[in-house]
Formats: sequence, C-alpha cells, structure tokens
Amino acid sequence: MSNTMKTLAVAGAVAAAMSAHGTTANAASKEKCYGVALAGQNDCAAGPGTTCAGTSVTDYQGNAWTLVDAGTCAEMELPEMADGSERMGSLEALDRDLPA
Amino acid sequence: MPDGTARFATLPASPGVGYKPQHFKDLQDDPGPVQWIEIHAENYMGDGGRPLAQLRALSEKFALSVHGVGLSIGGEMPLDRDHLARLKKLCDWAKPASFSEHLAWSTHESEFLNDLLPLPYTESTLSRVADHISQVQDTIGRQMLLENPSSYLAFDESTLSETDFLAELTHRTSCGLLLDVNNVFISAQNLGLAPRDYIDAYPVDAVGELHVGGHEEDSVGFNQPLLIDSHSRPVVDPVWDLLAYTLDRTGPKPVLVEWDNDVPDWPTLRTEAERAADVLTR
Amino acid sequence: MTTLQRFRTPLLDPTQDRPEGLRGAAGAPADTRYDVYRNNVTHSLIAALHSAFPLVLKVLGTQNFDRLAPAYVRAHPPTSPLMMHYGADFPDFLAAQPQLSKMGYLPDCARLDLALRRSYHAADSAPFDLETFQQLTPEEMMQTQLIPAPATVLLRSSWPLFDIWRFNMQADAPKPQMQAQDVLITRPEFDPAPHLLPPGGGDWFAALAEGATLDQAHDTALALVPDFDLGAALGLCFATGAFRAKNGG
Repeated sequence: MSNTMKTLAVAGAVAAAMSAHGTTANAASKEKCYGVALAGQNDCAAGPGTTCAGTSVTDYQGNAWTLVDAGTCAEMELPEMADGSERMGSLEALDRDLPA
Repeated sequence: MPDGTARFATLPASPGVGYKPQHFKDLQDDPGPVQWIEIHAENYMGDGGRPLAQLRALSEKFALSVHGVGLSIGGEMPLDRDHLARLKKLCDWAKPASFSEHLAWSTHESEFLNDLLPLPYTESTLSRVADHISQVQDTIGRQMLLENPSSYLAFDESTLSETDFLAELTHRTSCGLLLDVNNVFISAQNLGLAPRDYIDAYPVDAVGELHVGGHEEDSVGFNQPLLIDSHSRPVVDPVWDLLAYTLDRTGPKPVLVEWDNDVPDWPTLRTEAERAADVLTR
Repeated sequence: MTTLQRFRTPLLDPTQDRPEGLRGAAGAPADTRYDVYRNNVTHSLIAALHSAFPLVLKVLGTQNFDRLAPAYVRAHPPTSPLMMHYGADFPDFLAAQPQLSKMGYLPDCARLDLALRRSYHAADSAPFDLETFQQLTPEEMMQTQLIPAPATVLLRSSWPLFDIWRFNMQADAPKPQMQAQDVLITRPEFDPAPHLLPPGGGDWFAALAEGATLDQAHDTALALVPDFDLGAALGLCFATGAFRAKNGG
C-alpha cells in the first residue's frame, strides 16, 4: 500500500470511528452489575460455624475429585486443544509503564 | 478529598452503618438517622474506579470511619510495611474521622488467612501488640482504635484477662478502643462469662466507638449453642440491652451497625440504625 | 514452634490434629471449637473464589467448582491482605488439573474474570481528547500514539473467549464456534466490559500499548491480517474509552 493510500485509509477509518464517542464517569451512575463490585471483598464477619467444608477430610485430596455433568462446559462442544498454535500462551496483560 | 480538608473531624455520637456499594443511592436519598459510615480499608486500596469515586462522593455527606481488617496487628511477624503504607495512603487521601483495627492476627509468614484469628493474652503478646500499635500510630500519624474480638475459645497460656490486656495497651500506646458490644456478648456466652462483668471491667474512658451486629447460633455438638459472629442478621434484644448498659458507662458514643453477610435491602438496615438511635437517646 | 504457628498449621489441613492448649467455657477442652476458625478460613476463601470467578463458576457448574475450590484455597491461600486480587494463580492451577484437560479454554476464562476485576480497581485517567484528534491532518493522526487507559486490558486467546463469555453471561447468545479471539476489556463509566476485537485487532492494540504510532500499529496488523478493519477497531476503542489522554491523568 502506498503512503497516500495508507493515509487515506487511516483518515477514512478515523472518520468512521468518530461517530462513536465516550461517556463521562459518574460515581452516582447505576452499577450495571454488582458482580465485579462485590468480588473479592474483605470483611470482618465470621462464616458458617463448625459445620462445613473446612473440616471435611473427604474433599481434601486435591486430585481425588471427579468432574460431574454440570455447568455449561458440556453444551459448548469445543475441541480439547486449540489449534491456533501461534496464540498458545500468548495471553498477556498490557505493560503499564508506557511512555507518556 | 478534593478540597484537601477533612469535612468531618470526628465521628458524631449517633448511628452509623457499615457501607455496602449496593446502598450507595439509598443511603444518600434516605439516610434516616445515619450521619456516618464505616468502610473496610482493604476494599478501598485499589488504584481508582468506582470504589474510590463513591467514597469521595459519600465523604461530602457523611463522616467516615476507616476500619482495617487485614493488618494482622497480633501477628508474630513484623507488620507488613507495604500494607501499612497503603493504610497511610488511604488515610491521607480520605482523611477519615477515625481509624480502627482488630486485636487479632490474620497473616502468617506470607499467607493471608482472611479471618480474625485469636491471641493468647500474655506479657509477650502484650509487648508485641503494643509495639505494633505504636508503629501504626507513628506511620499514619494519628491515634487508632483497637477492637475486642469475638472468641470461640481461649488459650491455656493466657495470664491476663482481655479487659486488663486492652487497658494496658491503652496505657502503653495511648491508643483508643473500639468496643464491639456484640463481640462481648458472643465471647461471654462462648466462654461461660457474664457480659456485664466484662463491661464493668472494661476501660470505658478509652472508648471512641461502639459496634453492634447480628450473630448466629451453632448448636451442633455443644450443650450451650456456640455464637458465631456472622454479621448476617438483625441485632438481638440482649445485645441492644447490653449496648444501653454500655452507653450508661461510656456516655454518648458513635454506634455502628454491622451487616456483612446476607446484606439486606436499605430499609432493613436503616431500621437497625433507627433502633440504635433509640438506644442512644434512651 | 510458637503458639500461633501451632494454631496455623491445621487451619488449612483437616488431616492434622487440632492444636493443644485451647479451652472452651469454664475451662473445658476446646474440642471442636477450633473448627470455627478452620471453617471461617476455608469457607471465606471459597466464597471469595465464587464471587471472583463468575465465568469459571458458570462453565464448571457449582458442584464441580466446589469440589475443586478446597484444593485450590488450601494449596494457594492469599499472599496479600487485598482480597480484590485473590486468585492470580487460579488460571495456572486450572491448567494443571488433569480432570480439566478437555477444557483447554478454562484457564482463559479465569484470566477474563481476573482481568475484569483488575480493570474495575484500576486507576482513573483523563479520557482521550477526540475533538482535538479529529482536527489533526491525516499525516498528524498517523504519527499519534494512542495510549491505553489504565483500566483497559487486552486478552489474546487461542479460544473463542469472547463468545464463551457471551454464551455464559448473556441470554440467547449463540454457541461459541472454534476460533481464536482477542478480547478488549474497557471501563467506561466505572463498569468494565469485554469486547471482541476484529481479526488483527489484538496485534494492533498490543503495538499501540508498546508505544507504536497509529501508522506503525496499522502496519503491524496489516502484515498479519491483510484485511484488518482499522475503522472497526478504532470505533470500538473510541466508543468504550479505551485510550487515555496523552498528558497522563
């Protein structure tokens, strides 16, 4: 692609993209989903007394559990392995220390 | 805060609630008798986003208490300096009217166990906890309040009562105390003691704040039900009565209603705050 | 061993005896009272995983999740008092479970859950100034660096990660078809949400994140995906506030 064509392509793409615009953050706006807000909260309350998983030895063996037919995994019918080998293990977070 | 000054320098001697994000709007539209809120410090140690924005907005209308749950003041290890720095940063930014933490430990070596674990009340624990409190107060540059735990057991090696232990800490460090009345009730029942005896022996002059909350009974395998500090229910009548008994000795103090599990809708929590207001004016 | 060390060891290991030297009411032995602490620790960490990994929970089902969770929390208790960051090594744990070998996509589901939480708590930033940008000449636009906001997270998956998320979290969403997908999490108005980048969009965004100009990032994407749709990628980013203002903030 020539430089002129590239410039035109970028200008066109920017013009198309401009129709969209961002919104301003507002603390009072309604939370769309409390899922993330309530995930991983610290508190000082106690749990379920003396009867629960904490004292169960039967579920203690890390490798002894077996998968039962539950959840959506059975419905999704995805292969065992991804064949997009170039992507394997490439899941990455952004580097936060970007040049300003 | 944006204007760089604390809007509320002290907690009022009135009801407060443990703040939950799902009450953000209701709390402002319909606060009832609530004039102050308490937050768990660790939930506001992110870098930004909605938690800090909400805190900024609420600080315009309510006095703020920052209540740490993760410092592990009773731990055998030196205090986590990174965590202390985070606490200082939060207090410098939010300028709360009060900062408090627990007489408990939760970190061991590098593991955070996410529970308030109990301590033996011995001379060696006393000097360690006193050192840690002094370090906290020096770092954040203010007095802190220390909260009594809810106990499910006691240590054979303890040589001091909890009330003597707390009184001695106030002498050594000039810290204040957060008296959790529900915890007193729970510990007394679980250890076979009288809750009013505890209040009578407690150094009430050091009290800066009171807590009440709901608990549950676990009767499996015990003659007397073991009381569990679940913060999942309304405050029971005997705890309101013990609050009244305590307020007769401390005089009017800020009273916080804690509700952390099975958090109810706002009107239910506001009703609990109204009950606290009734006890305060009794 | 100190008293607290003796107290700590059986907390996350029910095969160990309860510590000695504890008592209950009126001097009686503490007996099962120690289990209150065992339960608090274990239960609170499992509850934290439940709330922190909603996509993994949905894909696995509660029953499977709860069989797996005790093994994880006992082997990997938090290393920081900030529970908002708990579970950073949960994806690797899932990847190492032989029972889950048929669900190669599950670790990426956990990474998506983690990324949403990280985005929620990320620093605020001044939004990118679209109006000023619009007034640049095309040549100036091409030399512009677009800087991701702190709350923007790019996830590149060998799996149809966005479609898996949508299938599990939105009503009537189609079944995922096998393809690699790049997901961009953005946080307009404080609520993070995942979005699907067009093919090549992951390479393009990663280049921008490393400081490339719009021109350089465009070239990077075109080299890998000749029909890369710059307008679609830019439109998504502008609409969801993916970039921050250049002068910090």
